[in-house]
Amino acid sequence: MRSTYSVLVENNPGVLARVAGLFSRRGYNIDSLSVSRTDDPGISRMTIVVEGEKAVLEQVTKQLRKLVDVIRVHDITDEPHVDRELVLIKVNADSGTRGDIMQIVEIFRGRIVDVGEYTSIVEVTGDEGKINAIENALKPFGIMELVRTGKVAMQRGIRTVLVED
Amino acid sequence: MLTGGQILVECLKNEGVEVIFGYPGGAVLPIYDALYDSDLLHVLTRHEQAAAHAADGYARATGRPGVCLATSGPGATNLVTGIATAAMDSVPMVAITGQVPTTMIGKDAFQEADITGITLPITKHNYLVRDVNDLPRIVKEAFYIATTGRPGPVLIDIPRDVSAGKTEYRDPGPIGLRGYMPRLAGEPAKIAAAAKLIAQAKRPVIYAGGGVINSGASEYLKKLAETIMAPVAVTLMGIGCLPGDHPLFLGMLGMHGARYTNYAVNECDLLLAIGVRFDDRVTGKVESFASHAKVIHIDIDPAEFGKNVPVDISIAGDVRTVLVDLIKNLTCNPDPAWQEKIARWKKEYPLDHSREGLRPQAVIRELSDMLQGRRYRVTTEVGQNQMWAAQHFCITRPRSFISSGGLGTMGYGFPAAIGVQVACPDELVFDIAGDGSIQMNIQELTTAVNYRLPVNVAILNNSYLGMVRQWQELFYNRRYSQTELVNPDFVKVAEAFGAEGIRVEKIAEVRPALEQAIASSRPVFLDFIVEREENVMPIVPPGEAISRMLG
Ligand SMILES: Cc1ncc(C[n+]2csc(CCOP(=O)(O)OP(=O)(O)O)c2C)c(N)n1
Repeated sequence: MRSTYSVLVENNPGVLARVAGLFSRRGYNIDSLSVSRTDDPGISRMTIVVEGEKAVLEQVTKQLRKLVDVIRVHDITDEPHVDRELVLIKVNADSGTRGDIMQIVEIFRGRIVDVGEYTSIVEVTGDEGKINAIENALKPFGIMELVRTGKVAMQRGIRTVLVED
Repeated sequence: MLTGGQILVECLKNEGVEVIFGYPGGAVLPIYDALYDSDLLHVLTRHEQAAAHAADGYARATGRPGVCLATSGPGATNLVTGIATAAMDSVPMVAITGQVPTTMIGKDAFQEADITGITLPITKHNYLVRDVNDLPRIVKEAFYIATTGRPGPVLIDIPRDVSAGKTEYRDPGPIGLRGYMPRLAGEPAKIAAAAKLIAQAKRPVIYAGGGVINSGASEYLKKLAETIMAPVAVTLMGIGCLPGDHPLFLGMLGMHGARYTNYAVNECDLLLAIGVRFDDRVTGKVESFASHAKVIHIDIDPAEFGKNVPVDISIAGDVRTVLVDLIKNLTCNPDPAWQEKIARWKKEYPLDHSREGLRPQAVIRELSDMLQGRRYRVTTEVGQNQMWAAQHFCITRPRSFISSGGLGTMGYGFPAAIGVQVACPDELVFDIAGDGSIQMNIQELTTAVNYRLPVNVAILNNSYLGMVRQWQELFYNRRYSQTELVNPDFVKVAEAFGAEGIRVEKIAEVRPALEQAIASSRPVFLDFIVEREENVMPIVPPGEAISRMLG
């Protein structure tokens, strides 16, 4: 099973180490983790995607809640939510292939954000399926480098993961 | 204007701290300088590990947080085993360390160690103080976190420029930790559900642990047990939560549990787990643990529910508060057949009672008998000595059996006993030790002598790392690799330190020797030359179900 957690933490030094350390110490598998501060500079939000059996996932929530710097933990896997990831892909490109690449990027509503003599950098945001798909589509041209941000997620509608829910 | 060191002293006094166990060094000089003028008692140990264990012993004996203090780098890292020991056994502790000045952090400065990084997994929380103005708030939070909810160690790392820096002392005001709100009362619906399960049970067993002692719930545990007539099996940490001479007391369960205890757990139809964490030494093979039982789990730490063993009803809350509420809800119909069955097992499979030869079990039984009716505390080291003490000592009060359960730290018992003796100056304190374990912190005899702490150490001297030898005997074909010890003369060691030493070689000498130790106002090493290859029985082989004991 795979779960997505939205986690609010105090923006204290070392908080990322505390969270990451918890995962490594207990042997939990982090699929992706993205973290940045929120509109409140005292609070950061982490989106953590974890792979594991049900019992493990239950422990993840409980152990996260135990950390003093963790304010809220919300498992949003089964709630309607939007999730996005940003990827930058540096792909081999010359005058012969550039047109094809542009076409593909167009279909995925991506953008070409840099063009070099032999390369292009493609930027795409989307859910995991879309990112995987464009990666596959560009593979035949030769991917030189690929960077993904990891997933960020937010519930749909008026539901929120805020400090006082 | 006060220095950070002076502010720290103020904060400690505000927290009601009376004693600190520690060891100085360059990075904590401003703190030591402030201590010089304060009326806090500082106990100078001979090793920082011992300072941590002493603070831990003090905390376990009193229920109040233990405080230890060390310098940066090696001083701080020497605390690590003591902090981990406290963490595993949920002991309230505040460890204070010096750090290199903030400007030097990250430069591999002399005696720099990233102690907040190192102790991340073994503290409940920790702090690196970057600004002297934060000190009052951090100290207040540290004590609050260490002592509330599930207790545990909190570390405060203070750079030298922070402890030397000057500012006005300001009260930090109320604590505002939005991510930390321990819950005390159990959910009423769950308590009602638990009461219903209890009413349906025919063969209940209570499995009680350190959480009962931590929350001061012993009285209510007794009331619960008597109301539903459930026998009480305890963990190593739970020893003392029900008097050892109570008719419902079943003793320790698990790897070295008595046969009747493990059988009772194996056959119960309801297991009431209270303030416990289903440690693997307790459960043995998890799939077979209390496999016929519904399980109710009461604990202050919700993360314990389902961590190791699935439970039917989990009640998060302070054990004492939950028990008070639960008892109000109880109706029950105890089945006399269950009581009879347990009584039969008890008769059929008693723990070893023999007092022939100088056997370690006999020494412990003599000591236990002699101390009944007096005020005493027992600490233990780790190994066979610890298990024999757990099996054979009749402990009648909470907080009077003090042992490293979770981490199993050899070298714990003696410094812990020092902390206990500081906390309880009018009580008799005995450390039950192995000859291996006592040598792990034997230097603390100087501390005991210096501070006139008449701690007694009963060394069960088998010239082996006995518990490891036992495993080698049982599971490694008697290949005694590196477990035979060549020991110093413990009597002479004691004398050299300015303490008393007594050697005992015959069972008839045990009582007079113990009497002499009890009467002595000095620390005493009792060197009991016990049968060398005695084993702790019964034993559940690792990975087996607890009903499948040897011996
Ligand atoms: C610090 C530490 N190192 C190693 C061990 C592993 N260990 C567990 S019991 C034991 C033997 C203890 O020997 P001793 O203190 O002589 O006690 P006995 O078992 O003979 O009573 C050892 C080495 C431990 N628990 N703690």
